Amino acid sequence: MNVHQPVTVAEPIPALASIAPEQAAVEAMVRFEQIAKTYPAYRDKPGVQALQEIDFAIPRGSITGVIGRSGAGKSSLVRLINGLEKPSAGRVVVDGRDISALSGRKLRLAQRSIGMIFQHFNLLSSRTAAHNVALPLEIAGWSKADIASRVSELLELVGIADKYDRYPSELSGGQKQRVGIARALATRPSVLLSDEATSALDPQTTRSILDLLANINRELGVTIVLITHEMSVVRQLAKEVVVIDAGYIVERGHVADIFTHPKHPITQSFLAEVLGDRVPVSLASRIEPQPIQGGQAVIRVQLRGTSAGDTILARLARELGIDIALLSARVDEIGGRHVGSLTLGIPGDDGRTRQVLSWLSQHQLFAERLGHVA
Amino acid sequence: MSRDLINLILEATGESLFMVSVAASLATLLGLPIGIFLATSRKGELFAAPSVNTVLGVIVNATRSTPFIILVVAIIPFTRLIAGTSIGSGAAIVPLTIAATPFIARLVEAAIREVDGGLIETASSFGASPLQIVFKVLIPEALPGLVLALTLAVVSLLGYSAMVGAVGGGGLGDLGIRYGYQRFMPEMMLAVVVVLIALVQTVQTAGDYLARRVNRRLRHR
Repeated sequence: MNVHQPVTVAEPIPALASIAPEQAAVEAMVRFEQIAKTYPAYRDKPGVQALQEIDFAIPRGSITGVIGRSGAGKSSLVRLINGLEKPSAGRVVVDGRDISALSGRKLRLAQRSIGMIFQHFNLLSSRTAAHNVALPLEIAGWSKADIASRVSELLELVGIADKYDRYPSELSGGQKQRVGIARALATRPSVLLSDEATSALDPQTTRSILDLLANINRELGVTIVLITHEMSVVRQLAKEVVVIDAGYIVERGHVADIFTHPKHPITQSFLAEVLGDRVPVSLASRIEPQPIQGGQAVIRVQLRGTSAGDTILARLARELGIDIALLSARVDEIGGRHVGSLTLGIPGDDGRTRQVLSWLSQHQLFAERLGHVA
Repeated sequence: MSRDLINLILEATGESLFMVSVAASLATLLGLPIGIFLATSRKGELFAAPSVNTVLGVIVNATRSTPFIILVVAIIPFTRLIAGTSIGSGAAIVPLTIAATPFIARLVEAAIREVDGGLIETASSFGASPLQIVFKVLIPEALPGLVLALTLAVVSLLGYSAMVGAVGGGGLGDLGIRYGYQRFMPEMMLAVVVVLIALVQTVQTAGDYLARRVNRRLRHR
């Protein structure tokens, strides 16, 4: 073997070598590194610690939901990604670039690869739908011809090509948000930030906008970061969820895991809202603590992703030979698992109810007795 | 009314229109950028320069609180420097411009501040420079307000222009004082007032119409 033959394998590829120290960053679209954000005291307002110890990555091509109550720090978090806010400590790396270190012209160039949509759409009332979409392209210095063809393409993509010449005052909320989405995608960004984008919309319109965002993620491969205070939005769209409270990340992981095994009380309270863990008021008002002659015991069964969820009622009725009444139920499928709660009425005496409860616990289902109804 | 008197009125109207239109144009050229700066230079804003903002604000307020007739005589040396004379319609343009500029600046500031701050954030989010934000967002969005502000400024200038007769400025106000008041010709006074009312009405109607035309917040069709 000729020793002088060039060894191609050992030759490092320059581009790869230069990013080698950042290898972990290659997979991550956005990486928060030990972020803290403090707003200094101003006049009579005290300083605010908006974010602390934020350290996590958002995978490339993912849809990540950031959920928290108002004032939890989620707006600050998302504004760190596009450089509208600077961290007080730590750095934010977007697509391998430390955006928190950029300013002026360099920052403005980087911002073109990060789109953002807003709760109140923030369209210019003086521009038509098409001209609103054109704005980021004008700012980026595109030619008139390129802008015209890109704008048509984008309005087509978001399904409002017929609204080209309409002013925002002539559009519905859903249509305005579609214009907002088209505008955010105009410069072909790799990240799309959504700041409560569906909070001002009715449920049906919300659904259609979330479907559109899912399509965009699938077809264009755009990484989507959505901040919201609604768990239903996270459930419908996101794969990853970050729960934030008082400036700290309190819980984070796959949506299905968080929904089935919420640990933090904040997460549990968000889940209660979507899963309807509360017993309907009309039923709750009829529940008595003491057994009622000829009545039913009321028990509530929590479904937390157990596979038994779908057939539980049938099996329970068959195996124990009881006519179970379904008083109320809220079940959703999240990540292929059943999550929700069932409120059941069990006829017969106390022994019957205990039999049911022990059967349920044998099947890894958490159940509790709420009382009795006539 | 004799033909001579009608000619006098026509001539004075021409002088008034000349003074007001030139002064309004110059004051807009100066007041617009000052107003935009005032609206965008507080702490944390687009062109944040809080101390310059404060100083400019004080100068604007000082000019605005000086009674116009005092301003006219106080700046006579400056007027002579700029116009070469302190008498006549041409010279009157100097104090008119100086009085109208801070007025327009404040009106422009108010109109620009009306623009939703979310729009500035939005434009920043896709990498617009501060100047791009001014020209592509703030001015177009504030346009209806700006048109109304300029209308108001022109109407006020018509009033001010009547006062420059005191320094030989000419125009309708001067005519009204000299003929109507000093020569006891009430019909002349009446004619001057009627012409002024007609001018103000025309300017206001045109301004309102234009503001409505550029306001896309209203539904059209």
